[in-house]
Amino acid sequence: MRFEFTVALRFLREGRFQSLLIIFGVAAGVAVVTYISALVEGLQGNTIQKTLGNQAHVVVKPREEVARPSLSATDARIARDVQPRAQRLRSIDNWSGLLPLLERTPNVVAASPMATGAALALRGEASKSIALVGVELERYDRIVDLSGKAVKGVPRLVAGEAMIGTELARDFGVDVGDRFSVQTAVGATEVFKIAALVDLGNRELNRRQVYVGLRSAQSLLNVPGGATNIDLKVAELFEAENTAALLRRQVDMEVESWMQTNAQLLSALNAQTISTLLIRVFTSIVVVLGIASVLVVSVVQKRKEIGILRAMGATRRQMTQVFLAQGAIVGLIGSVAGTMLANLLLWLFSTFVKGSDGQPLFVISLSFNLAAGVALGATLCGILAAVLPALRAARLDPAQAIRI
Amino acid sequence: MPAIIELQGIRKSYGIGTSVETEVLHGIDLTLQPGEFAALIGPSGSGKSTLLNIIGLLEPMTAGDYRLGGISVKGLADDDITARRGDMLGFVFQFHHLVPAFTALENVVMPHLIRDGKVSDAALREGRALLAKVGLADALHKKPAELSGGMQQRVAIARALARGSALVLADEPTGNLDTKSADDVFVLLREFNRERGTTFLIVTHDPRLAARCDRIIELVDGQIAADRPVAAQE
Ligand SMILES: Nc1ncnc2c1ncn2[C@@H]1O[C@H](COP(=O)(O)OP(=O)(O)OP(=O)(O)O)[C@@H](O)[C@H]1O
Ligand SMILES: [Mg+2]
Repeated sequence: MRFEFTVALRFLREGRFQSLLIIFGVAAGVAVVTYISALVEGLQGNTIQKTLGNQAHVVVKPREEVARPSLSATDARIARDVQPRAQRLRSIDNWSGLLPLLERTPNVVAASPMATGAALALRGEASKSIALVGVELERYDRIVDLSGKAVKGVPRLVAGEAMIGTELARDFGVDVGDRFSVQTAVGATEVFKIAALVDLGNRELNRRQVYVGLRSAQSLLNVPGGATNIDLKVAELFEAENTAALLRRQVDMEVESWMQTNAQLLSALNAQTISTLLIRVFTSIVVVLGIASVLVVSVVQKRKEIGILRAMGATRRQMTQVFLAQGAIVGLIGSVAGTMLANLLLWLFSTFVKGSDGQPLFVISLSFNLAAGVALGATLCGILAAVLPALRAARLDPAQAIRI
Repeated sequence: MPAIIELQGIRKSYGIGTSVETEVLHGIDLTLQPGEFAALIGPSGSGKSTLLNIIGLLEPMTAGDYRLGGISVKGLADDDITARRGDMLGFVFQFHHLVPAFTALENVVMPHLIRDGKVSDAALREGRALLAKVGLADALHKKPAELSGGMQQRVAIARALARGSALVLADEPTGNLDTKSADDVFVLLREFNRERGTTFLIVTHDPRLAARCDRIIELVDGQIAADRPVAAQE
């Protein structure tokens, strides 16, 4: 390959202006693709993180109680009569037996039982409707890292302690160490001391969430020893639905993945991904055509030299490879330059495009995989673009080539 | 020792299958022995370059048999033909035909780079010696564009002799040079022929130069009209 690369490099250096032109073209293409991809990757990562920051990837719940077909008309009337009983939260009573099974399921990395329901928070005259969430903090942290969201106080959920959203604390005028009471529809009440304030990154949640120990919530919500749902975290985010489907076959419960609950978000992400793909494809086509057109001209210009080299013993394959190597070199240099250009663009973006709070809109960084992927793609584009000119170069008889 | 080339009934047509199909060579028989120093003359358009290109394996013949170094080249694959060309043949063309992107020395050792993928120290030494022999010891690292026509032609001669070619085919090697340079180039070819025993077939329009060869082959209208030795002189 020494001969092929030596000649390819010399030819490129000789046609300096043309070479610079295509390298610049490749660099521009690579920069666009890399920049857009990194931007969309960052945007999507940010969106997903925001969405899933407070949400389990998969939630296991008791089945909705549907009207059983076996119910006779009279039974149905009785059922209507006892309507108020439906108020009672449905719960998973054997959750501790279920946890090992869930944790053993492929892709599942953490499971956390939860007892949650609506309640009222009371302090003095004021009352607020809240979402009462009872969890084992250690387990729950592995799902959404609640402790990491504590902005004040010590994240802790021992008996009689609560962690509440920052907005709720403000509405109530309470702070860490203060007490408030929680009352539920079943008439139970308990007083909690505020251990920590948490910022869930969403005003609505900050206004409503009250986290307490699992036991307290169980007794307040009248599901003694039970869990209203089990939260799961998975390793492969986009496999969540497959994992949920697997679980549906194994347990007689309702299993919901984030991909179901956020179907709209998911289709938006898909649309973005497809747009990015289109940009990539069209940019690649433009780059390929650009390289090819310059190399075709170069083959015509270099016709005589091709003939001379053939006369000196260069095979058709060697001449083909000289031009393939030119395409590869141009693709490689162009992609290195383009990656640097993309880095500059990304730096400009994160330096000058800021949100209202003065922070960058979201974190974008050029991952090595992305950069390497695009560089590889550009090099392949270069080689692809060189195929036709290369074949043309090799086709000529040396005599034809030399005769002008 | 077998003849270096043996042509039998070589024919060449251009534009085969089109309305302008023409036969340019009408059955050429020709044999060259190792060490010969022959001139190929004839009027313009008589087919001299075509014949030289066929002998040089630069284009295919239409019919006939051609043995190079005793081996028929008929039906050989392109790669084998290329290999035989690289191993046995050297070329000197009227317009020098160096590769402009490379220096004089790089042009001379190019056949090594092509065949071996690298240029050994021995090859470099040989290249320097060849260039010194043709009087270009000071121009090793000059690009062709920096050299005069006569100098470029001498680089081309050095290149034709790299890798010890057995047969050098020269198509009007002096056609583009002034009388003095032409003479120098011719003398060089003759020297290589005497010192190394390299066989030469030289197309020329210059009767004065042809007369200084050992043998004159005359081509008229695609046929050999005369083939005679030159009386020993000097
Ligand atoms: N590629 C080609 N296609 C068609 N005809 C060709 C081709 N090459 C050469 N010819 C024709 O073949 C004939 C012989 O050409 P050739 O170049 O061999 O002559 P020559 O003896 O070398 O002439 P000159 O002394 O002018 O160089 C000419 O009539 C020429 O027009
Ligand atoms: Mg000619």
